[in-house]
Amino acid sequence: MEKMSRVTTALGGSALTGRTMHCHLDAPANAISVCRDAAQVVVAGRSIFKIYAIEDEQFVEKLNLRVGRKPSLNLSCADVVWHQMDENLLATAATNGVVVTWNLGRPSRNKQDQLFTEHKRTVNKVCFHPTEAHVLLSGSQDGFMKCFDLRRKDSVSTFSGQSESVRDVQFSIRDYFTFASTFENGNVQLWDIRRPDRCERMFTAHNGPVFCCDWHPEDRGWLATGGRDKMVKVWDMTTHRAKEVHCVQTIASVARVKWRPECRHHLATCSMMVDHNIYVWDVRRPFVPAAMFEEHRDVTTGIAWRHPHDPSFLLSGSKDSTLCQHLFRDASQPVERANPEGLCYGLFGDLAFAAKESLVSAESGRKPCAGDRRHPIFFKRKLDPAEPFVGLASSALSVFEMEPGSGSMSWFVDTAERYALAGRPLAELCDHNAKVARELGRNQVAQTWTMLRIIYSSPGLASAASLNHSVGKGSSCGLPLMNSFNLKDMAPGLGSETRLDRSKGDTRSDTVLLDSSTTLITNEDNEETEGSDVPADYLLGDVEGEEDELYLLDPEHAHPEEPEYVLPQEAFPLRHEIVDTPPGPEHLQDKADSPHVSGSEADAASLAPVDSSFSLISVSHALYDTRLPPDFFSALVCDMLRFYAEQGDVQMAVSVLIVLGERVRKDIDEQTQEHWYTSYIDLLQRFCLWNVSNQVVKLSTSRAISCLNQASTTLHVNCSHCKRPMSSRGWAVARARGAGGPDGGAELRGGTSGRPQLLRIRAALRLLQTRHPAGPHRQLEVPGSVLPRKAPGLIWGQHGSPEHCQYLLLPESGPALPGVCGSPAASPGPYLPGQRHPVFLWG
Amino acid sequence: MRLATTANEAYTASLAVSELLGCKQCGGGRGQDEELGIRIPRPLGHGPSRFIPEKEILQVGSEDAQMHTLFADSFAALGRLDNITLVMVFHPQYLESFLKTQHYLLQMDGPLPLHYRHYIGIMAAARHQCSYLVNLHVNDFLHVGGDPKWLNGLENAPQKLQNLGELNKVLAHRPWLITKEHIEGLLKAEEHSWSLAELVHAVVLLTHYHSLASFTFGCGISPEIHCDGGHTFRPPSVSNYCICDITNGNHSVDEMQVNSAGNVSVSDSFFEVEALMEKMRQLQECRDEEEASQEEMASRFEIEKRESMFVFSSDDEEVTPARDVSRHFEDTSYGYKDFSRHGMHVPTFRVQDYCWEDHGYSLVNRLYPDVGQLIDEKFHIAYNLTYNTMAMHKDVDTSMLRRAIWNYIHCMFGIRYDDYDYGEINQLLDRSFKVYIKTVVCTPEKVTKRMYDSFWRQFKHSEKVHVNLLLIEARMQAELLYALRAITRYMT
Repeated sequence: MEKMSRVTTALGGSALTGRTMHCHLDAPANAISVCRDAAQVVVAGRSIFKIYAIEDEQFVEKLNLRVGRKPSLNLSCADVVWHQMDENLLATAATNGVVVTWNLGRPSRNKQDQLFTEHKRTVNKVCFHPTEAHVLLSGSQDGFMKCFDLRRKDSVSTFSGQSESVRDVQFSIRDYFTFASTFENGNVQLWDIRRPDRCERMFTAHNGPVFCCDWHPEDRGWLATGGRDKMVKVWDMTTHRAKEVHCVQTIASVARVKWRPECRHHLATCSMMVDHNIYVWDVRRPFVPAAMFEEHRDVTTGIAWRHPHDPSFLLSGSKDSTLCQHLFRDASQPVERANPEGLCYGLFGDLAFAAKESLVSAESGRKPCAGDRRHPIFFKRKLDPAEPFVGLASSALSVFEMEPGSGSMSWFVDTAERYALAGRPLAELCDHNAKVARELGRNQVAQTWTMLRIIYSSPGLASAASLNHSVGKGSSCGLPLMNSFNLKDMAPGLGSETRLDRSKGDTRSDTVLLDSSTTLITNEDNEETEGSDVPADYLLGDVEGEEDELYLLDPEHAHPEEPEYVLPQEAFPLRHEIVDTPPGPEHLQDKADSPHVSGSEADAASLAPVDSSFSLISVSHALYDTRLPPDFFSALVCDMLRFYAEQGDVQMAVSVLIVLGERVRKDIDEQTQEHWYTSYIDLLQRFCLWNVSNQVVKLSTSRAISCLNQASTTLHVNCSHCKRPMSSRGWAVARARGAGGPDGGAELRGGTSGRPQLLRIRAALRLLQTRHPAGPHRQLEVPGSVLPRKAPGLIWGQHGSPEHCQYLLLPESGPALPGVCGSPAASPGPYLPGQRHPVFLWG
Repeated sequence: MRLATTANEAYTASLAVSELLGCKQCGGGRGQDEELGIRIPRPLGHGPSRFIPEKEILQVGSEDAQMHTLFADSFAALGRLDNITLVMVFHPQYLESFLKTQHYLLQMDGPLPLHYRHYIGIMAAARHQCSYLVNLHVNDFLHVGGDPKWLNGLENAPQKLQNLGELNKVLAHRPWLITKEHIEGLLKAEEHSWSLAELVHAVVLLTHYHSLASFTFGCGISPEIHCDGGHTFRPPSVSNYCICDITNGNHSVDEMQVNSAGNVSVSDSFFEVEALMEKMRQLQECRDEEEASQEEMASRFEIEKRESMFVFSSDDEEVTPARDVSRHFEDTSYGYKDFSRHGMHVPTFRVQDYCWEDHGYSLVNRLYPDVGQLIDEKFHIAYNLTYNTMAMHKDVDTSMLRRAIWNYIHCMFGIRYDDYDYGEINQLLDRSFKVYIKTVVCTPEKVTKRMYDSFWRQFKHSEKVHVNLLLIEARMQAELLYALRAITRYMT
């Protein structure tokens, strides 16, 4: 009732009543217009031209203006307008270029009044002067606008748009002499009706045709324009240069735009194609429509507010041959469906988290996680009680920054750059990579590489890793290396005494071990007596280990004997952890050359090097010579790769995969491999490691991956001085991805006129990357189609400063909702043709 | 080796390719190989086009910086400088847009895998038995890793591509028959179904290659040297014309005759131009005075539409397809048929209700980003291209003539502009020109040099190529309009 009373005052006593309703027309409508009494609406189309009375419960056909049996193109209307001063006066624009006026006061059945056949092409728009009774303006495809005085037979003046087609003309509501016209080439012109020789002002508003414009009913300076580029822009025309004050990005080209009466910041739009809904936007909140009308089944072609002072009734005509009256209170509000929650990592490890404000405040007492520094919430806007969204979907965004250094991924970068993946024998590759890993302090990885070397390249070293294998089985968690070597890696955590004890025992066992016949039993004794911190499984079922069985092992029967293998292997690394003698190469040499050494020698030798694996070799070599083919380990290695991948070290998984090549590839399914590759390549590219990523792509055997190199290898290169794209010569550096400079491909030498020129392409590369974060072959299909993520999500555009960072909300249902965090004034910049805008993850 | 001896800067790039390929086939040094008994392919010396004398196409050193850049870009993108490029360079502004679009369609990010794209190109070109394009794309198809088995015919390709065959046929010959059921059939074929984005990509490719086939025949593009029919193993002294030219009636004797005929009738054709200009002037002046009635206008369109189907060349030579691959894709039982010849009633397509600028563009750009923009630009350039010349006259406003050609082609496809007086077409386009247009657009494989020579005799070759650009773009737009309208209807 409160609403009603307000309406009543606005209308000066005669309140509008009605309900949401529709009526079927005989043919698709092209345009509608409302009589100033707000009780009649005219609908025009190719084969319809009727006046309907708007009653409380229904539309009632009042008059059919198409008279006569002969179909005439003069009646094929592209546009219709009802005079706002004179209830009897209408004008239509015909597709064949004729402008017709209609006088409802004529007594005959044919109400046609005047016929102007001056335009050579389709007339797109007609417009009456808001206060002058006899002035009519038309805009046509032939590039001319004509002003007619209805008291005369011909046009009064002609305005030339320089052969560009005119799509819309609108008289200014406040300035008596001014009108705006929009053009197919994206321009908007302002004309003084008295000066047909040239326009007062011209500016480019959109990329591609500007289909419509509308002057603000109260604010004299504001003009809203809508274009094929899916934008609605609001221009402030009072300043010297037209200034874009608001911009709304819709999901389809904008066919009509109409300011909402009595609501300063609201406007209604409908689209030309694909999208059938009518949206009412608050231009200050350009990402989520304030209201949405979903009645039509085909594109909406005409919209009109029923009364210039009533904001709650909207009329619309559509290609689906219906005429609708929408009530604002029946509108659906997309904001209710928006799910304002999301989580996303930024480029440098920052974490952004948006949630419903209520949830955040409820948890405000919560102590922030250690190591996280809560960033001031820069996202929260001052709430304006006039806004329609209050309380509906206000969300708070928190950004957790990485503490400098803590999230450092320098090891990743170093590793990626220094690893050798191909071009040398396997053993060398493994050694090299182990060395790299060790130098970066990643001992577990280093060990893994060493193990791999042992498994796959040393002659007859199978057994060394078979021990490993058995450990894995024994611990039955599929993470063999973690268990066996982590002990060493985590050494600081262990009591030093324990280690000393163990090492003593181990040393002893080692000595004995050389005498192969007694080894196992002794070892077991050791372990048991020490009561080590090794999981108990290791010690199970051990005793029945018979030597013969051991030696005749074949892969199928490996499992029962697991524990026996455990023990010697377990022993050595622990011991060497303690022994701190620097490694001597000659010692290693010795061991390799003469594995069968006496007990004391072996002891000395294996005590000397820090690198435990070599001591392992020396021992195991003696023990199990070429018993097991490397194939035997592939299942194990695959487990290991999966383990690394699951731990998030996809780098290791992929590197090993590449280095080992055929040896393991067949054991891992193609899809998993592809997944690893894409993740790793994605990571590499985030760190601008173009060379490495290119190498990885090249070395990959997965077809889906290697074709990444075949497509979209073009770089968009901008000149380092003028920042403009060097399109004409761009091909010279096309396909150059990966051919970068020392800083990871940030700079390339490209050439014009023979003089080498430094081209800064990092920015270009970033943009390239953000284009299709989901991979090359995905695109938006239809609005409202299933989005890639079932769960709600938030995706950052990698663009701009934190204050202007764009994001995209993916609600559980409905279209994705883009947004910008930052100051309320922040809006996407003006569209520049040719500039690449960030493209978000469309499914 | 005329090509080699007349090598000039403009040809260096193309020679580099053709020699490379030539050498690959002959396997090394020429002189020695002849002694070894290896057959050396020689180009059949026609230049890039059989219709246009080689010397007309690019004069020595006449290419300017813009053309040079275009050649460089084209070479970098395709790895060759094909004859189409060499002929289109008459209109560098258009060529640039054309190459950009084609490059995007074939090589840049898109919903379809690379080999699919070339295969669709082959399917489309084969509809018009265009062995030139088929050959080019067979090579490209294999190059990007396509399965050679597919080339044995559409039935060897995946079911998904086979499903596209029907659309290809209808689109090429009777696009007005496309309905949303066609679209639905493709999109809802369970595991063989197309996604909307893929379908739009495919439709753009199909229409692109249908119209490119028109250009190839319309300008008499010669086969590339490395393709079938592009070279001969005979010594040059024995034969210097192409076998297939004989069957086409295009051999050099014929050329001589036409040339001499042209000389005799110089005065005739001079008047032809004068008369055309006079008509344009009259139409311009009297347009505002006398207005035809509504019925008159409507019937003019119907008349033009009806007449357009009787416009056909009298000589019905059958051209035998040259390449095996092409033959596998043909279904010659299905060709261009005019609207009402079989009593079929096709409602007129009103461009005011569904046009490229408002509707087609939005749909394409939505489903296959950036491509709408590229095609839109290409249409614009083709439609607005003018040098304000007509034959020997300068400073002529040719917009009326260009619009007549464009609308005539759309009229043949049943597309009507409410705001156009179709009477103009009859005034401006004479019969031989209509025959040429009709043949190039609807049955390009039947174009002969005689047809090419017999229209607009006084006009320059570059102007005839210009006409061809209008023809192919108008055709492409017409096909796209029908296909996209069907997709739109499916979506709503």
